[in-house]
Amino acid sequence: MTQALDINDLTAHYGSTKVLEDLSLSVGASELVSLLGASGCGKTTTLRLIAGFLEPTEGTIRLGGRDLTRLPAHKRDIGLVFQNYALFPHLTVLENVAFGLKQRGVASGERDKRARAMLDRVGLSVLAERLPGALSGGQKQRVALARALVIEPPLLMFDEPLSNLDAKLRVDMRVEIRQLQRANGTTSVYVTHDQEEAFSISDRVAIMNAGRIMQFDTPEVLYQRPTNAFVARFVGFENLIPLRTVARDGEMVTVEAAGGAQLTLSQERFGPIPDAFTLATRPDGLAVTPEAGADGLPATLGLRTYLGRAYQYQCETAAGHLVANGALSAPLEPGGTARLVPVPDQCCVLAGTEL
Amino acid sequence: MTTRLSPALIAVAALVYIFLVGPLIIVIGASLSDTTYLTFPPQGLSLRWFEKIFEITAFRRTIVTSLQLAFLATGLALLIGIPAAYALNRYRIQLPSWLSTVFVLPILVPEIVLGFSLLKSVAVGASFPIFLSLLIGHTLLVLPYCVRVISASLASFDFSIEEAAISLGSPPAKTFFTIVLPNVRAGVVAAFILAFITSINDVSTSLFLTGPGVSTLPIQILAHVEQFFDPTIASVSVLLMFLTVAVMAIVERTLGLTFLAK
Repeated sequence: MTQALDINDLTAHYGSTKVLEDLSLSVGASELVSLLGASGCGKTTTLRLIAGFLEPTEGTIRLGGRDLTRLPAHKRDIGLVFQNYALFPHLTVLENVAFGLKQRGVASGERDKRARAMLDRVGLSVLAERLPGALSGGQKQRVALARALVIEPPLLMFDEPLSNLDAKLRVDMRVEIRQLQRANGTTSVYVTHDQEEAFSISDRVAIMNAGRIMQFDTPEVLYQRPTNAFVARFVGFENLIPLRTVARDGEMVTVEAAGGAQLTLSQERFGPIPDAFTLATRPDGLAVTPEAGADGLPATLGLRTYLGRAYQYQCETAAGHLVANGALSAPLEPGGTARLVPVPDQCCVLAGTEL
Repeated sequence: MTTRLSPALIAVAALVYIFLVGPLIIVIGASLSDTTYLTFPPQGLSLRWFEKIFEITAFRRTIVTSLQLAFLATGLALLIGIPAAYALNRYRIQLPSWLSTVFVLPILVPEIVLGFSLLKSVAVGASFPIFLSLLIGHTLLVLPYCVRVISASLASFDFSIEEAAISLGSPPAKTFFTIVLPNVRAGVVAAFILAFITSINDVSTSLFLTGPGVSTLPIQILAHVEQFFDPTIASVSVLLMFLTVAVMAIVERTLGLTFLAK
């Protein structure tokens, strides 16, 4: 029973503060979508709106054929996994898992059978009679997962489920979560501030900022082809260089950076180049060359650090501070001058020059 | 390995115990005396002063009144205090500091002032029956303890547990009783005990609110002392002590044990 989630033009306020603005999001059946962003970006608010703990000022939330927007939280039939596990401290592990079935009026024999089967799937059947207080963090989160899955919800939501676990366990648990989600084919929404976690686990990721979705796509596209400065910076494009086109000659476009330095870029290799744009690159996307005549931005080299696979240079240019990587075979001395040449397949052309 | 305690420490500890338990021993001893006047150590042993309590109608009546009052006032204060504490914590209502002191005000204000103002407003002003005036007074007196103690308990309760239950299909009202309340039981038991003791031992507030025919046990003890100096006073004090302890024990057994076992 997999269903698609459709959120349309959702707006929400805390008091008079707008925390979410015209947010639309579609999660396909059986898809796992992450909401990724720093704290305060609205990702948890979105999750709480879907769960029914908050009411939107405008917009609709639909799951399958049902309109959830004004439905009380306890009638929404959504499985939730919390950051701090939120197990019932006074109930045993088995009672915790069976709780949702009890609310659904499942007879006690059947309830026990299904709860035990689910505990078996997360590998905790031997702990069925324990109280949650006696479990480790990882075990608690498995119980929480079993408790949410046993009701076979059409939608499963995770609110930073791995934040309280140590690094090693986090990686194991996210694989486990993904495997269970795949096996059940449950449509899922996953909230996290951890980029690696979101990218590794999701079919698609929505990167959020200030109550809006900045870009919503597959991890691969987000990582390689950000469409705006915020997302570019978020996924590690450290250099954002505002540029202006000054001349076009067929495929070749001559652009000028602040301070007057000019570059000639091929549209065949960089993609269509508008009149005003921002060139975004990671440090690897700017090659450092000592040749004075090369077609690049003139720079003064600052601190050099050793990365193992390359040297990294802090560079001062007329267009601002940039970070570039240079070959290990030809180390350059700090204080010298060099040219920074954009590497075509590692650069993104972003519309507009606003950073 | 056992830690060796210094003799000085043992001596101080012993002194503290003597100081705490001493008065109780004196009262219990005096209540068992066979003499017609209050004395310690007791001369001769007798239970006749305990029998005497029940021969005096005023004592019989006020014991019942005090118990009724303590149970009702504590019950009412819990009925008001639990939802109040829940609302304050659940919705993280940030009261301005002056407003949050309102909840401790009845503790800070001398009880005698509370009694006097209630006398003016409730007993005389609204001419409520005496028992009702006493009930209002005692409820006000114990309410701050209930709100404070249960609030402290709720402050460490993770409300996402409540949300987890709701998301699993449990309606909010039901969730309060099946999930929230069992997890703050320790606070409720503590509030009950504190409120009950405060109510049953209260003199200052009750002093103004008792009247012809209706009085509480501590007020009756006070009245008795003014006229008589026999060991009845000691025996009735012992009785009051044991009544309180008995109620505590019952509450602990019925509500508290499962918590203590954890």
